Amino acid sequence: MAKTKQVYLDYAATTPVDPQVLKTMMPYLKEKFGNSVSLYKLGQESKKALEKARLIITQAINAKNKEEIIFTSSATESNNLALKGIAFANQKKSHIIISAIEHDCVLNSTSWLQKQGFQITQIKPDKYGLINPKDIEKAIKKNTILISIIHGNNEIGTIQPIEQIGNICEKKKIYFHTDAVQTFGKIPIDVQKMKIDLLTASSHKIYGPKGAGLLYIKKDIRIDPLLHGGNQEFGLRSSTVNVPAIIGFGKATEICLKKMKSESKRLTQLRDYLIQGILKKIPQAHLNGHPIKRLPNNANFWFAFIEGESIVTSLDQYGIAASTGSACSSEKLEPSHTLLACGLLPECAHGSLRLTLGRWTTKKDIDYVLNTLPKIIKNLRKISPFK
Amino acid sequence: MYNKKVLQHFKSPHNFGKIQNADGQGQVGNVVCGDVMNLYLKIGKNKKGEEIIEDVKFETYGCVAAIATSSIITDLAKGKTIKQAIGLNKDSIIDTLEELPAIKIHCSVLAIDALNEAIYNYLHKNKRDIPKELQKRHQRIEKEKQIIEKKYADWINSSKD
Repeated sequence: MAKTKQVYLDYAATTPVDPQVLKTMMPYLKEKFGNSVSLYKLGQESKKALEKARLIITQAINAKNKEEIIFTSSATESNNLALKGIAFANQKKSHIIISAIEHDCVLNSTSWLQKQGFQITQIKPDKYGLINPKDIEKAIKKNTILISIIHGNNEIGTIQPIEQIGNICEKKKIYFHTDAVQTFGKIPIDVQKMKIDLLTASSHKIYGPKGAGLLYIKKDIRIDPLLHGGNQEFGLRSSTVNVPAIIGFGKATEICLKKMKSESKRLTQLRDYLIQGILKKIPQAHLNGHPIKRLPNNANFWFAFIEGESIVTSLDQYGIAASTGSACSSEKLEPSHTLLACGLLPECAHGSLRLTLGRWTTKKDIDYVLNTLPKIIKNLRKISPFK
Repeated sequence: MYNKKVLQHFKSPHNFGKIQNADGQGQVGNVVCGDVMNLYLKIGKNKKGEEIIEDVKFETYGCVAAIATSSIITDLAKGKTIKQAIGLNKDSIIDTLEELPAIKIHCSVLAIDALNEAIYNYLHKNKRDIPKELQKRHQRIEKEKQIIEKKYADWINSSKD
């Protein structure tokens, strides 16, 4: 059998490591293996490289000081640290506001906090997945300590009015955290201008290695650490620092910043070409998320009468990697909370498909999808009792 | 996630479609849960004069496992006497497919339910004796339908709007 063409369109799930990133990391996996807290030359070399990565990231988000960047193992850890760290540094029974379309790690951290006695309010988005800052303002109580709103949604790609929300938080003197995993390295972020107090980002979504994440914490904000031990990362994240991964994270950030303008333009064009093509070629196809305020690389649809896991598996047989918010793709057998929060009915959410583009996506890849997907949808609809 | 056999049935399902004026018809599952199976039967007689499933077709809305198990159940039921068909269970499906991921076992139950419901529908329509076993299964399926409809009442009602 001829080798099937491979088209990876799940860059929001994870990305391959950029060859330049890998090259930068390699010495720190081999001869420069020292522990960044060791006093001898080998350790200090690691320390120096680690601090270089910290500086790159500080500048990337326009933070004031490099000490405001804490490296962690993942975005999940960073979000846990932000939410639980702020919560436990404050009074029990305090109030936290999040959106209904946060990543699972924020949702599940806050539902755990709720069990510990904290109050949680979830703000619903409109049908495009957009949060209205006025709804946030209305939900603020006297004991609200933290507002956490995802910057760019991982499923539907909607980008929130972060600066407006930041201004509200500043005015009301409430900490503002944003999960910027899908936006960091893709669109400009300025923590000072956007009035962000805490920000989460991840390495493996931007062509860096897995196993590195970060939490920006504005100076003088007190949080409780999750891990207690050797007081690495300014006492906020004990553990031997994963130097090679973080160096890769730094390099990956540097490359993303350099390419950001041209790459976001290129991807936006490809994305719109894909969206227009699918909506035109496939009957009863609908776009999820906001038509304009969306990540440059995100397209998300729902197709009537069929189920998403079937679509994803069929695409896989043509070498196309994609994902779905259908219940059948998850262990809990319930469709995506994000799609439901946007008002989609379960049967519609079951038929969702996410295609996320990246650095190595070409127009040829998109054309291949535009030729393949209509056939797949048609075949599955033939089997379906609904027509 | 799925083995070759499941994927083969998913890719080229056997006996899909509708039988016009079917002798028996069963519908199970619920759209809010992400799977619905329709099974259609045409009943004939074999040389011995016993009633057999002469033809069977399915229509399924659902995941890979739902479609593959629908395909398998039609293969297994075709040509069987009604008594033999009632004797099929989820293990008959899983054994034929060799394996199914644990969270997908319920799909094989759904396929068996669809077949049982279609046979029940045929016997009931023709005022025939319904074996106790089948009667019991029918009651369980009806009960489960009600539970799901109750659980997802808001969603189901909003779907009707």
